[in-house]
Amino acid sequence: MVAALDNGLGTDAGNTTGIGDPFLKIRDVGKQFGSFVALERVSLNVLTGEFVSFLGPSGCGKTTLLRAIAGLDPPTVGRIIQAGRDITALPPAERDFGIVFQSYALFPNLSVAENIGYGLRGAAWPKARRHQRVAELLQLVGLADQIAKYPAQLSGGQQQRVALARALAAEPGLLLLDEPLSALDAIVRLHLRQEIRSLQQRLGVTTIMVTHDQEEALSVSDRIVVMSQGRIEQIGTPEEIYCAPASAFVAGFVGRSAHFMAKVHTPAGYITTHGLVMPAKAASTLLYGEEAEVFIRPEDVELRPITDHGDGSFEAVVAGCEFLGPVCRLGLEANGLRFEADIPPSAFNELGALPGARLSARFRPDRLLIFPAHG
Amino acid sequence: MAKPFLAQLGAIRPKASADETSLRVIQALGFLFLTLALALPLASLLLRAFEDQHGSFVGLRNFAIYVTTPSLVRSAWNSVWTAFITTCVVIPLAFAYAYGLTRSCMPGKWIFRAIMFLPILAPSLLPALSLIYLFGNQGMLRWMMDGGSIYGPWGIIGAQIFYCFPAAAILLSVALSTADGRLYEAAEALKASRFRIFLTVTLPGALYGLVSASVVVFTLVVTDFGIPKVIGGQFNVLATDVYKQVVGRQDLNMGAVVGLVLLLPAILAFLLDRWAHGKRTATLSGRAVAYRPKPRLRRDLPAFLFCLSVALALIVIVAVAVWGSFIRFWPYNLSLTLDNYDFARFDTAGWQAVWLSVKLSLITAFVGAALIFIIAYSLERGPQRSFLAAPLRLLATIPLAVPGLVLGLAFIIFFNHPANPFGIIYGTLAILVLNSIIHFYTVGHLTAVTAIRQLDPEFEAVSASLHVPIWQTFGRVTLPICLPAIFEILVFLFVSAMTTVSAVIFLYGPDTKPASVAVVHMDEAGQASAAAAMACVILAISLSAKLTQLLVGGLFARVTSAWRR
Repeated sequence: MVAALDNGLGTDAGNTTGIGDPFLKIRDVGKQFGSFVALERVSLNVLTGEFVSFLGPSGCGKTTLLRAIAGLDPPTVGRIIQAGRDITALPPAERDFGIVFQSYALFPNLSVAENIGYGLRGAAWPKARRHQRVAELLQLVGLADQIAKYPAQLSGGQQQRVALARALAAEPGLLLLDEPLSALDAIVRLHLRQEIRSLQQRLGVTTIMVTHDQEEALSVSDRIVVMSQGRIEQIGTPEEIYCAPASAFVAGFVGRSAHFMAKVHTPAGYITTHGLVMPAKAASTLLYGEEAEVFIRPEDVELRPITDHGDGSFEAVVAGCEFLGPVCRLGLEANGLRFEADIPPSAFNELGALPGARLSARFRPDRLLIFPAHG
Repeated sequence: MAKPFLAQLGAIRPKASADETSLRVIQALGFLFLTLALALPLASLLLRAFEDQHGSFVGLRNFAIYVTTPSLVRSAWNSVWTAFITTCVVIPLAFAYAYGLTRSCMPGKWIFRAIMFLPILAPSLLPALSLIYLFGNQGMLRWMMDGGSIYGPWGIIGAQIFYCFPAAAILLSVALSTADGRLYEAAEALKASRFRIFLTVTLPGALYGLVSASVVVFTLVVTDFGIPKVIGGQFNVLATDVYKQVVGRQDLNMGAVVGLVLLLPAILAFLLDRWAHGKRTATLSGRAVAYRPKPRLRRDLPAFLFCLSVALALIVIVAVAVWGSFIRFWPYNLSLTLDNYDFARFDTAGWQAVWLSVKLSLITAFVGAALIFIIAYSLERGPQRSFLAAPLRLLATIPLAVPGLVLGLAFIIFFNHPANPFGIIYGTLAILVLNSIIHFYTVGHLTAVTAIRQLDPEFEAVSASLHVPIWQTFGRVTLPICLPAIFEILVFLFVSAMTTVSAVIFLYGPDTKPASVAVVHMDEAGQASAAAAMACVILAISLSAKLTQLLVGGLFARVTSAWRR
């Protein structure tokens, strides 16, 4: 699975075909509207059967990239190769993909069956075969009893499934999902994203999903492409993205974290901020005195009673508490440094972590995310 | 952030799909059509104003003659002040009426709403004829005039109030119906008095609607030809001047100059309205909650009484014309007769004029609706960055600013030119159809654009991804969904072509005289009763077209209720 982890940043541009060749190759793809660069030269590979998410804030270029892959808005430069065929300049109708939009774009005057069978026409799809395929797809998305209804008579989640079935009807090689879940309410969204994932795994269809919801991307993807300002920040598995962010942007965007500036201190592997000195494994390769951006996630903060001193621990005052169910999230302050810590509700009483209480806090040295400020 | 690197590498030339190419071709054909039938005629009108009778360029001499001819300048002033007074009367009336319709809980709202449309369905000549029946030389209520005459500015203003009322009332009820209920709740929670709420919430919310309605009324009055022709007497206005210069004196050059003057207020009004429109769309956010009035007798009763009296006035004016058309000899012999409907006695064309109008209106409606909708579709869903899209969009909105008389004049100058190969349509039904389609193009275009924009923008992308050609999706999805809007365009074109005088008065030929022009001619010949009868026939036909629309619309809504929200 080396290829799966290949970040594809041009290292194998123009290489020869061979076994394990990626299904979709994107090479130096850029898009410019007038003088505005929506997408800078972006390169990546998507393997057959893989589920890849494009994640980023709005305006980061993720939708632009998806629309370039679909041929809806062709790129200005670069090459897109799908299944060995250069599709860069082809119109959408000559490509091989199915797409689900945020709005679903279901045809309101056609029934569920007619919507799903919409693309099944011509000599390849005689009536009997088409009916059979529609029934099969309805079964697949669990809507067999809704066949005669119109989109307006279905719930949002059901409409979403019809759109999915329509996109998959002609067995496209590539499934594109443009913010497919963002129009749904939270509970349906959680349920449906797992359903999309299991359906995708069952069919083995290569899938690209655009989303701004990091939790959604983390929960369903094989790999995530984090984008910002028209550039790829990082390509990696959900675990890599979360635990080993490649840039300060990714660290700040994915997951929850406190963010502060620090200076590299002595001895090697120590940093200092707000008058506090603490060990940080990632700082050991940096030069003394260098400025760095530091991130710490709430689950990587250890809290002990104030009497308990350990290496790198410091005194912090509880500023507030938020009960989230499985954890309590404490807001803390130490010498003006504000951060958060998650503790189990059971530990809450043991620590006496009421607002105003003083505790001993420690950032786990191996979990501090550090990025040179001007790197 | 301009980076040179994207330009340096060889840019990709996307291969155009068949869908894209066909929409591009439609855009090009639409551009060609509007250039030939709108831009070039207007351009030749403009040129003509700078030429003498023999076609040589004389610079501004025609304009110099215009401003130094006192009678012409007086007509321009007459147009302006009658339009101003009409606006000052119509807007408060229409505002109060629209307020009653949208902000009260009075009974019978739908009837009031239906009656409001009545004047649109009649040619503008009808209220003028009615006023003559009532206050003219043989008028039943002539004693009320106290020695004054209805033939002149007051007759014009009276008839224009009737004629312009629906346009203002429609615009204002739209403006008043899009109110944010939360603003009212907030104002009430802050203990503002009702009068203060009206001044600080209602009026500002309707401000742009008021601007828009005033502008539309002003333009309608300045550019209308039928009313001053029938009831103006010796009182000249711009519109009758154009007619006199062209038909009376055969002076196309001076006609063109007056036409350009007529175009001036219309263009100013058009720009002002665009500005107001842009402002208005920004005032209502997506999160607004529609305002629902609660019953309150102290508001509902006066509103009801007011709307009732306005509605009665509208009905009386129509009823007088209808009644008068059945009277043997107004006002001396009030026995009823059908003689006035025997049009052959008054005009050689007879009932032929009516059938010709119906034919003209049907062709205009069907051809126009198809053209307008397909061109609007190609603009909305076709290549946006094509170099034709922006000029085509502009061309489609110009007709709104061009008065019918000016367009008619432009058509004569352009199509009657000996060197124009399209001159063969001059004097035929085709030129009347073409003129009517262009004259009413913009309203239809805007209706079509609004309907198309309500469709999901990704329908075409989805069908392309499913390898379904665009015309198939157009036929199976776009058309069925937009059918009510298309039907609205159809009926609008039909009614407009049925009732218009100004657009066709210069263009009819000996065998192609429409009913509305016959009304003018019969009135000119002193046969007021026959003119009223013909106007009533036009009203009846328009009314049945409108009723058909409601009926078919209702049926369609029932059939499609399953998939409409």
